[in-house]
Amino acid sequence: MESSRLTSRKLVFDFERPIVEIEDEIEEFKRLAAQNEVNLDDEIARLTERVTAARQTIYRQLKPVQRVQVARHPSRPSALDYIQNICEGFVELHGDRQGYDDRAIVGGLASFEGRTIVVVANQKGRDTKDNIMRNFGMAHPEGYRKALRLFRHAGKFGLPVLTLIDTPGAYPGIEAEQRGQSAAIALNLFEMSRLPVPIVSVVIGEGSSGGAMGIGVSDRILMLEHSYYAVISPEGCAAILWKDPSKAKMAAEAMGITAEDLLRLGIADEIIPEPLGGAHQDPLAAAHNLKAALGPHLAELSRLGAYELVERRAAKYRAMGRFIEEF
Amino acid sequence: MTLRDWFADRARSRQLVDSDRIRREMPDGLWTKCNHCSAPLYNKDLEANLQVCPKCGYHFRVSAWTRIGQLVDEGTFSQTHASIRSTDPLGFVDTKPYKVRLEESYDRLGDGDGVITGAADIEGTTIQLAVMDFAFMGGSMGSAVGEKITRTIEDAHEAHRPLIIVTASGGARMQEGTLSLMQMAKTSSALAQFAEGGGLYLAILADPTTGGVSASFATLADILISEPAAVIGFAGRRVIEQTIRQKAPPEFQTAEWLLKYGALDMIVPRSSLRPMLGQLLRMHAGQPATVA
Ligand SMILES: [Zn+2]
Repeated sequence: MESSRLTSRKLVFDFERPIVEIEDEIEEFKRLAAQNEVNLDDEIARLTERVTAARQTIYRQLKPVQRVQVARHPSRPSALDYIQNICEGFVELHGDRQGYDDRAIVGGLASFEGRTIVVVANQKGRDTKDNIMRNFGMAHPEGYRKALRLFRHAGKFGLPVLTLIDTPGAYPGIEAEQRGQSAAIALNLFEMSRLPVPIVSVVIGEGSSGGAMGIGVSDRILMLEHSYYAVISPEGCAAILWKDPSKAKMAAEAMGITAEDLLRLGIADEIIPEPLGGAHQDPLAAAHNLKAALGPHLAELSRLGAYELVERRAAKYRAMGRFIEEF
Repeated sequence: MTLRDWFADRARSRQLVDSDRIRREMPDGLWTKCNHCSAPLYNKDLEANLQVCPKCGYHFRVSAWTRIGQLVDEGTFSQTHASIRSTDPLGFVDTKPYKVRLEESYDRLGDGDGVITGAADIEGTTIQLAVMDFAFMGGSMGSAVGEKITRTIEDAHEAHRPLIIVTASGGARMQEGTLSLMQMAKTSSALAQFAEGGGLYLAILADPTTGGVSASFATLADILISEPAAVIGFAGRRVIEQTIRQKAPPEFQTAEWLLKYGALDMIVPRSSLRPMLGQLLRMHAGQPATVA
């Protein structure tokens, strides 16, 4: 208990300071109670309630840039954590069949509520070593080609697809460009738009730019409460438009990147609530919520024929965008 | 190196690239200095040479209208969807409101909004055409650009005509947030339907074609053509150099470099572009090809 508390203490956000102050007080009371053999249970209970209340207040009013911080929390559950908790019998499938297995994208077969599905996800590392292997969730073209190979597998065998989005972006590197990063992403958009099986995407953390879109063309887009989905990271937007990356806070607000924003814009279909304080506070509860939200969407889409699915998906993307037409 | 630093650098590099490519007219307005070889070029000669330096072959960027004039049979272009304009879905304000940026761009560059679309003939073959304009907010793809590209794809589909798109874009239009990202899926979805119908799509990736445009409709053509030294890529050079902590080779992300690695079908100098398109169109129309 003590060590996990210490671990979590390292990851406290500035905006969580009021919570930590009360938690420190609780620790102090516990120490005093033990030292002096007095009963401070009432005081401790009262403070514990205050912690919950403070957390509720803070998390109800999170600013977009704070949401981004939560979405990037190093202890936030990763795609594999969700897959292991919402599916049974996950069989990971590896490789793009063209020379590489990109570990920044994971995929495979799994059983969801008794039905076989294909899962494809951006995978961030769960510790430093893992993060190096996963390239911090930033895929090379081979990752998108592995994803495409799995989408085609799903299409061939009539299996619904679940994609979990969690990436700071596709990897910017010389080899990534040399091997066709743009074309790999573009081809996924092209093929996903016509895949004759249901596709549901869930943004579980960071949904940043083309790197997220490359596995994100789908019939339904669900977003975890503190995830974000943006055309560019707030830092990148601030650097380009404000010429000052420290204006990320303003960029995050201006771009409309939170789950509520995307629901309002008609891009997201549903917001999945997270446990108080973010998914990392209770990964099992977060997985439970994801599973509960996902079930009805997959069931509903599975009742549609291939033709109708593809036509509806085409119509959905056809209608995306806001412009004016003057006659 | 933090993510912030990468992006700061990326912004700086974009500014550099853009100012490098701008045509620097000399004070009397009759002469332009070549960006590559610094030769003073008489504007009339430059225009006659399709905005290519006669001394060194440097290809200047051209506006959408200039490009259309260079590519299509004279008097055959009829514009479509000209009444589509950007709106401001997010009420976006950075150092300037997006609305003001749009008004300024419309005043300066007309009603294209980053892309001019229409029907035209190229060496006698009628096609649907979309030509992006880098001068209009960096050719960035917002909802209006995405809609005009999509409609042009649909027009080609319905009329059973080949589709030609000339791209020139820094990527998605950030001022429209995630809606601009969705234009990647929208245009790609329309192209997938066009491809199912057997439609021919030729793309000319002009300088520069990067980001969300390069990672969507630009690279989905049946045949990918570029011009000498055009910059094409997903991420910007500086972002990449900062990420990998080493310099990229000078030829990195040029059309020549992409051709070497199999990303393009050919590099065609501007003077040969129209005959090459004409030949490719004829070759797909079941007509005998003639060497241009
Ligand atoms: Zn020159």
